[in-house]
Amino acid sequence: MADTPILSVRDLNKSFSGIVAANNINVDVAPGEIVGIIGANGAGKTVFVNMITGYLKPSSGTIQFNGKDITGIEPRDATHEGVCRSFQISQVFMTMSVRENLLIALAIARESGTAMLLPVDHPDLTDECERLMAVYKIDQYADSTVSTLSQGIRKLLDIAMAVVANPKVLLLDEPTSGVSVEEKFGIMDIVMSALKEKGTAVLFVEHDMEIVERYVHRVLAFYQGEVICDAPPDEALLDPKVIEFVIGTDYHSGGAQTEAADA
Amino acid sequence: MVSMAWNDKTIRWAIIGFALLAAAGWLLPTWILNNVMFGLARGLAVLGLLVLWRTGLVSFGHALYFGLGAYAVALLEKYGGVTDVFLKFGAAIIVAGVFGFLLGFVLRNYRAIFFAMLSLAFSMVLYGVLVKMEVLGSTDGFSVTQNTILGWKPDGKYPLFCFIVLTCVIALSAVQLYLKSALGHLTTAIRDNELRVEYLGYSVARAIHVKYLASACLAGAAGGAMAMALGQVDPDSMVNWTVSGELVFITIMSGAGSVVAPFIGAIVFEFIRTYAFELAPQAWQLIVGGTLLAIIFFLPGGIWSLLEKPWAKGEADNG
Amino acid sequence: MQLITTMLLDGLSYASYLFIVSVGLTIIFGVMKILNVAHGAFYAWGAYAAAYAIGLAADNDWPDWSGFVLIFVAAILVGIVLGTIIERLILRKMYHEEEVLIVLATFGIFLILEDVILLVFGVNPYFAYQPMALLGSVKMGGIIRDVYSLTLFGLAILVAFGCWYGLNRTKWGKLLSVVIFDREISLAMGINVQMVYLVTFILGATLGALGGAYIAPTISVAPGFGIDVIVLSFAVVVIGGMGSIPGALIGSLMVGILRAIAVHKFPEFELFVVFGVMAAVLMIRPEGLFAPEKARRI
Repeated sequence: MADTPILSVRDLNKSFSGIVAANNINVDVAPGEIVGIIGANGAGKTVFVNMITGYLKPSSGTIQFNGKDITGIEPRDATHEGVCRSFQISQVFMTMSVRENLLIALAIARESGTAMLLPVDHPDLTDECERLMAVYKIDQYADSTVSTLSQGIRKLLDIAMAVVANPKVLLLDEPTSGVSVEEKFGIMDIVMSALKEKGTAVLFVEHDMEIVERYVHRVLAFYQGEVICDAPPDEALLDPKVIEFVIGTDYHSGGAQTEAADA
Repeated sequence: MVSMAWNDKTIRWAIIGFALLAAAGWLLPTWILNNVMFGLARGLAVLGLLVLWRTGLVSFGHALYFGLGAYAVALLEKYGGVTDVFLKFGAAIIVAGVFGFLLGFVLRNYRAIFFAMLSLAFSMVLYGVLVKMEVLGSTDGFSVTQNTILGWKPDGKYPLFCFIVLTCVIALSAVQLYLKSALGHLTTAIRDNELRVEYLGYSVARAIHVKYLASACLAGAAGGAMAMALGQVDPDSMVNWTVSGELVFITIMSGAGSVVAPFIGAIVFEFIRTYAFELAPQAWQLIVGGTLLAIIFFLPGGIWSLLEKPWAKGEADNG
Repeated sequence: MQLITTMLLDGLSYASYLFIVSVGLTIIFGVMKILNVAHGAFYAWGAYAAAYAIGLAADNDWPDWSGFVLIFVAAILVGIVLGTIIERLILRKMYHEEEVLIVLATFGIFLILEDVILLVFGVNPYFAYQPMALLGSVKMGGIIRDVYSLTLFGLAILVAFGCWYGLNRTKWGKLLSVVIFDREISLAMGINVQMVYLVTFILGATLGALGGAYIAPTISVAPGFGIDVIVLSFAVVVIGGMGSIPGALIGSLMVGILRAIAVHKFPEFELFVVFGVMAAVLMIRPEGLFAPEKARRI
């Protein structure tokens, strides 16, 4: 980790009327790094994502992005800075088509205020929109209303919309939850290859350890609001605390680490 | 900008339709001319409510701006001696706009029934003030009789009619271009998912403020036009909550499908009212209430959804 | 001193009246999440039904005290008949719709009911002064007050206590709080939510009608007087927090007393005070003074 971190979290705490949801979290993320966030339900993963992206204000602690303090800023300002996110439950415009969803996202992402005044069918926006839909392999659904599409497609759209602002740090909250097993790796392959070219740092929350193993450089394991392990995946998934509090004994699918975990 | 407007099919047909209407106005008997004029004036306010309705917001207090526009016209004539239609009309829009801009800072934080009820509260404050203040005409209001156009004092109401038709065309075109823009598409986006709009980097509160301001200006314009067309302003027919109720009713009856719908709906409304008062004077509210329920249950897209199919077909034919 | 007493008495009796009317509105909202504009029509119907019945009783030489019974009978009848018809035929088909659309539907119902009053009772005013005349008046602190208006306090306290008891001390109240908390879970638990809704709506409608019926002897019952009432009780309910019964109580007291002060001291600000307070409360506490907090989305 020779690089200066793009995201730097110091002593982050959050409690809701006495219940601790984040306990003294310290994390650095390097540019282009892929980080997997794991933890049982209620371990504080989403709270962490929500604080970084401004949905929740931390009780104490600081978040630095690119050397700038972004603690407690509004979500839209986080987006402007270059910190974007996707959602566990896809947050998309359900009554609009996939194309319209992306066109709006693109118009907002343009720095100039006048982009909002362009008609949405203006080539300035549509060319970029077609390209994005192709990259995320959702072009065949361009004109379908989102509410008629599968969870997997909605997830891809959700992520594509998070990416249009060209974030330097992207947080994905359970990108493969609610998606069929066959679709999972497909989605992650599309997303990761699209992001790799741009050198975006990605933090993603994930329950599926196979996906974590395959894609990440580093794992953050959460338990009761605390980061109990911060290490590369081959190390982290063998950590006894991680096995006890995060993975449990129901992780049976392949890999030497798992056999060790079962033993 | 102009060519962009002309390229839009809705605007092109609206311009042709309104030009024909203006020409026909020359031949129409006075009572029909008046009804159409009232309908067009009210249609401007309904157009403003349509912008809000697309975002999922309903204001039960737009009589506030309707009334501000109307009273701006009346007070300017009474105390300022101003008779010019352009000046009075401009004043109506500016007064409504200023209030809309200021109240917008409060209302942009509210949604659904809270938005509706707080709007109502603000409009009732104005109503309460007007009713009790002698200097503002109290319950009797004022008459608005002097209308001149750039120094020319026309006979009859036909020139005013043409002026209102022109205003409607301009307003309708502007709103249509707005709705087609990315900013306009945000209306539906906000209705669908505010959180996502925020995370895309746009302030939902600001977007709603802009829409609210636009709708306030349109309602102010409507009130100003109505005051000149009717020749009279008073709290009960301009500011009371029943006026807001009527505007909301016309919005629902017209349907949100097109910027032309508010004007068609408002004109239909004026004629139904005229006939209802002749045929069944005691059943006016019964008719309005029954229509409202019937539209909600059987025709959620309003009158426009009846016209939409042939229109959409024409659109496909024209490519 | 005399002025203060007058303002206080006026304010309290106005508050009592507002409470009786708006508690029905807030109960319906609390349970069904419906802002019922038709509530003003229940009020007007209650007043007409009571005035008509009291007039009929007087014509047939019934004793004057029968008026008090008739007031309650009229309110309950109006509540049951109108409540059942409206809930069954219209609202039941709309529970899945947006809040605002349901408000518009109840606005439609309000307009229809207002005109049906004219068709049924005609345009001439009704007077039902008998119950008020029966009780006479009393001198309090140098001011003459009619006893009938004073009984409004009693009725308001009775209604408030009844609501508190019904919600906190009966099986029905428990059932209701479950339905309020989560409609889906209640359905899954086998609670007859439709029945709960119907009974709630009838109860709310009856309270609205009772407000009108009880006020009928003190006024001339004439067309169009339901309108002001809805707008005012909206203000009360919004101030207190929609769906909250203590909220309706506090809201009524605030509006009642402030209005009384305005009427006596600054008559030109009568309406301004009510809606000014409402706007101010909403700006400081958007959900009203007593509304429960809502859950987070993500």
